[in-house]
Order: sequence, then C-alpha cells, then structure tokens
Amino acid sequence: MQERPFSDISYEQFLNEERLMGSRCTQCNALYVPPRPICVECHRGDMSWEEMTGKGKLSAFTCIAIGPSFMIAEGYHRKNPYCSGVVELEEGARVDARIEGVDPKNPETIKIGLPLSVKFLHRKEDESLKTYLAFRPS
Amino acid sequence: MVKKRKLGRGVAIVGAGMSKFGMFKDKDSKDLFTEAFNEMTASVNKGIDPNDIDALYLGNFSNDFFMHQSHWGPIIADIIGTVPKPATRTEGACASSALAFREGIFAIASGFYDIVLVGGLEEMSKRTTEEVAEGLALATVPYEGRAGFTFPGVFGAIATAYFEKYGANREHLMNVTIKSHNNAPLNPKAQFKLTIRDMMNVKVESAKKKGLPVTEWIDEKDFLRDPRANPVVAWPMHLYDCCPISDGASCMLLVAEEIAKNFTDAPIYVAGIGQGSGRGLHACKDFTYFEATRYAAQEAYGMSNLKPEDIQFAEVHDCFSIAELLHIEDLGFFEPGEGYKAVADGLTRLNGTKPINTSGGLKCKGHPVGATGISQLYEVWTQLRGKAGKRQVPIDDLRVGGAHNLGGTGGTCTFTILERR
Repeated sequence: MQERPFSDISYEQFLNEERLMGSRCTQCNALYVPPRPICVECHRGDMSWEEMTGKGKLSAFTCIAIGPSFMIAEGYHRKNPYCSGVVELEEGARVDARIEGVDPKNPETIKIGLPLSVKFLHRKEDESLKTYLAFRPS
Repeated sequence: MVKKRKLGRGVAIVGAGMSKFGMFKDKDSKDLFTEAFNEMTASVNKGIDPNDIDALYLGNFSNDFFMHQSHWGPIIADIIGTVPKPATRTEGACASSALAFREGIFAIASGFYDIVLVGGLEEMSKRTTEEVAEGLALATVPYEGRAGFTFPGVFGAIATAYFEKYGANREHLMNVTIKSHNNAPLNPKAQFKLTIRDMMNVKVESAKKKGLPVTEWIDEKDFLRDPRANPVVAWPMHLYDCCPISDGASCMLLVAEEIAKNFTDAPIYVAGIGQGSGRGLHACKDFTYFEATRYAAQEAYGMSNLKPEDIQFAEVHDCFSIAELLHIEDLGFFEPGEGYKAVADGLTRLNGTKPINTSGGLKCKGHPVGATGISQLYEVWTQLRGKAGKRQVPIDDLRVGGAHNLGGTGGTCTFTILERR
C-alpha cells in the first residue's frame, strides 16, 4: 500500500477495494481526502496514507432532477431525483459523494448533520470496475 | 492580507458594445461579435480607426465543445480586420472575458500597447439542454462530477449550507429572482423581458385561450412556489433560480489613460482590479462564501483605495439566485449572513441603497458564458455614462461601480471597480 502514489488513480483503486483513503502530512498533520501529493498547508511535509473509518455527517446536499448522462443511465430523471452531498468525515476532511437511503423527492426531510456511513457502489463501465463513493444514514 | 498593487500606468475604457443576448438560430459567433464591435466603434465619439488597435484579447469558455470549433482569437481578429495584430484567447470558465479584460489592462499598463480591444463570446443554444449541461459541467472539479453533482447541484448544496447557517430559506431566493425580473424589461439587450407578474399573466391568458384550467396565483411568490410553474432542477434550485442558455458577444476598447480624451469625451477609468482562485466544494472550509471573490475584492479595494461602501452599484455573477447572496456578502456590501435580509428589505433594487444587477443579471440578461464578464463591465460603463435609460440608477453623481465575475464553482473570480472622474 505504501508504494502507491498519492493520486486520484490510487484513490479510485482503493475505492474499488472498499477502502476510503486519504493522505496525511507527516510535518503539519493536515489530512486530505481525496489524497494530495503536496501539502498545501505547510508545503514541507511528506505524505503518508491513512484509512478513514467511513463515518461522518452531512454538511451540504442537493436533490438533482436533471443529471448527467451516467446518472440518467442508472434510471434517474425528473420524477426520480437523486441526492448528492458533501460529507464531513469524523476525521475532519470532507468528500463529495452520492447520498443513498434518503428521500430525494422530499428534500425537506433531509437534514444537515445527518449521521452517515460509507457505502461503495460498484459499477461495470467499459469492461472495467468503477466504484462510486456513497454514504447512507448510519 | 493581500498585497497592495498598482498599475504601471492608468487605463481607460473609451468604447464598449454588446450584442443582444438570447437564443439565436440565425446568428453565429461571428455575427454576434460583429454586432458588439459595431456598437463599440459607434460609441467612441471622436472615432477609432481599427487599424490602430494593437492587440485583441478574447474570452471564450468552450465554443470548442458547443460549436466544435476552437482557436477563436484569430477568427475574430480576421472578421474585425485587425489581422496580423496579435489575438489571444483567455479561458476561465464563466469568467473567461473578465480575464481578457485583465490581460488588456496589463498589456497597456506595462507600456507595451496603447490601444487594446478586449471581448468575449459564447454560442450555446445550438446544443440541447443536456449537452449544454454536460459542457458546463466540464468546469466543475472532477470529484463533484463523479458524485453526480451538476452545476445547479453544486449551487443547490451551497444553498442548503447557507440556509442552515443563517436561517434563510427558499422564499429569500425568490426575492432575488423577482428583483432581477423587474430590472430586465428595462434592458433592451436582455434575453428575458418579462417580470414574474408578466409571466403569470401570459400563462393565465394562454391557458384561457386553449380552454385549459386556469391557475390563479395570489402573487409572484405563490407562482414561484408552484412546482408546475417552477419545477425543481437541483434542490433547492428551481427553474427560476437558474440562468438560461444564451448566445452573445461583448467588447470594450481600452487605451492608456493619457490618450483617452483623443477618443472620447466620456472615458471611464479602471480604478481597481482583482482576481482570485478557489478549490472544489469539498476542500472549502465553509460553503457560504467564495474565497476567490474575497481575495479578488481585497485586491481591487486595495488598488483603488475604495471601500465597499464607496461602490454605488454593482453587477455580480448571479448564475444561480443563491450566488447573488454570497457575492454581495463577499464583496463587503453586507455582512456575512445579512445579504438575504438586505435583498428582502429591497436594498438591492434599482431604487435601493445598493442596486445590484441593474441589467437583469445573468438570470434575465442571459449568460453566454464567455461574453458575460465584459457584458457586466458594459453595464457598469453604461450606467456611469448616464446612458442606461429606464434602468439608470437614480443616484445623483453616480461615479463608482463594480463588476464581479465568477468561473466554474468559484475556481476563478474577479472584481473590477470602474469610475467616472
């Protein structure tokens, strides 16, 4: 694991393996999810991999009626919206993710601060495995 | 603390033009730019010989995607007749032409050029709504796209965070929409020329004519609350919270301050410029402001020695209704969390203490993304010269106005302060 570069490609590989990984600066302790190769806080430190527990809470969200083509392909449309959000992990970093297990047709019922747990959505795309980061209520 | 900056020499705007904004089946980018260019030359009252233009800077986000044609600098230089003078394209998503404007300023301030044309253009309406959405989504950050976020989706998420932090709600966003629609009919270049009240009447009349059941709405907010009239796009962003798909072009003639009076009796001067950059939503400390706007504003205020209260009116980048609230706070016009109250109190109306988006804003004037930045400056220039007609800001001695342009989901933001001396 230590061999992998701190890149988006590595991040996605880890997601395929059902691991939510970030990078932590060995100098100033700043945490980045997805990982960054350069610490933009102190510009000095080396990075080390760190696995997230996958627990967090909802910090912002939207329920999308008109989505991109890959979401339409999954069956989402104006009458069947989906929820996307930003999740604050218990380690402090924030990630963009799909939010499942909520009611996107009734967005007033979705509350900021909702406790969430990670869920890995595996999809086969062009013969390769692709994993989307999702969360659902804990 | 942002470093205090100044230009090597002053720069003045001596002419400006913009095409009508809208969806045009029978006009392409070249036609639209020609429209803007002809208005610009006519506005230079002592005349401009296009042969004297030293260079062109042109903002364009993605005609590559929308029209399958890139490299618009020399194409436009050729139609206006400035070839072989240099033509350079700038790209900063929806802030592309604000970047062209800045490059023009720097080129003159450095002493290298004296007379520069800056402009912007975008041709979007020949694509389907889905294709345009996909094209615009190229300017989000990759993680957002993978999580299913669209452009309205990112701003929808920002709205939920703003609501949570400050206690605002959808009704406050409606105030922004209603205000923009009240200004737009006064702007002959605007894409939408109806107030919300007009739209309601049109729908009622149309239903009566067709013999369909007639919906009577109590007022504008009742109409905006009706999901049939105003469907959700990306909660809490509804149709009337979002700017339209548009075609359009804009341009401005910049010259060194010392020669400005050779071109016009009414030059408008560049008092302050600022530009900042920002990160994706997930990497922001707080979703209720744009770091890039705050940086740009500090730079522009520092250079001009002006304060937010000195800016008498402004155009801000209201790609979505919620964005206008963030911008008027980030630019320091109102305290954080107070923007929505100021709009509700009518302070940002045409006759308010701080008129915002007198043009109708992106929401109603239209948003041909690459043309928007300079079209905002065009509005400020028009107002400062007292030529805004029915939408003229009713402030005696109007001298200072601002224009704020945002690219992507806050990745590029600019703030420009213009003044009449």
